[in-house]
Amino acid sequence: MNDLIGFILISIGLVFDLLGCVGLVRLPDAYNRLQAATKCVTMGTCSILFGTLLVIGFTAAGMKVILCMIFLILTSPVASHAIARGSHKSGVKLWEGSVCDAYAEDNK
Amino acid sequence: MKLGKILRWILGVFVFGGVLAVIILKPLPFLFYHNLPRLGFLGRAIYIFILASFMCIYRIGKGPTGADRIVALDILGIMIVGLCAILTISTGRSWYIDIGIAWVLQSFISTLALAKYLEGKGFDE
Repeated sequence: MNDLIGFILISIGLVFDLLGCVGLVRLPDAYNRLQAATKCVTMGTCSILFGTLLVIGFTAAGMKVILCMIFLILTSPVASHAIARGSHKSGVKLWEGSVCDAYAEDNK
Repeated sequence: MKLGKILRWILGVFVFGGVLAVIILKPLPFLFYHNLPRLGFLGRAIYIFILASFMCIYRIGKGPTGADRIVALDILGIMIVGLCAILTISTGRSWYIDIGIAWVLQSFISTLALAKYLEGKGFDE
């Protein structure tokens, strides 16, 4: 039963990874692509790691999987924030259909 | 302009559908471990990772600005962690997840360094 739930979670994670990469190819702007790609991390890869934990059980490798999930959840939003801030400061243009730019209004 | 867009759509649908058909019909054979359960599922999972990685490599090559390339590189690193988790199940060897842990930390540090480079200031702020 644990096995079955684990494989279902791995399938959900694979679908999220694939759709995140489709968004990376299709969306028009660097910020939109970043927003699509971050879903691929938190729901995709963390779901795959949790499914792996359920399949292999609470052994030594399972503890390493929990450690990997903790590192991923801690480091990935910081990296995305750094990319967005750096690209906005370096002057990457927004897509022309964008509605507002709150960061530029704050810095004015 | 209009005809070119339609042709590009048709080409994309053919490539995507062809790869999905290959994933459904023929799972990737594993050379060493024939008697593990549910090997067909894991073989198809590795095909999906290959397809997603090619999409990321396309964005790294084409991306108009540097920020697109850095985003695609970050996501490529994160997907390799998922691939390491799948390989831990399919081969039963626990050192693949050690590669995953090391890859998470290395990808974080390299992404921070690239974002700092993109920002255009000195590294010693």
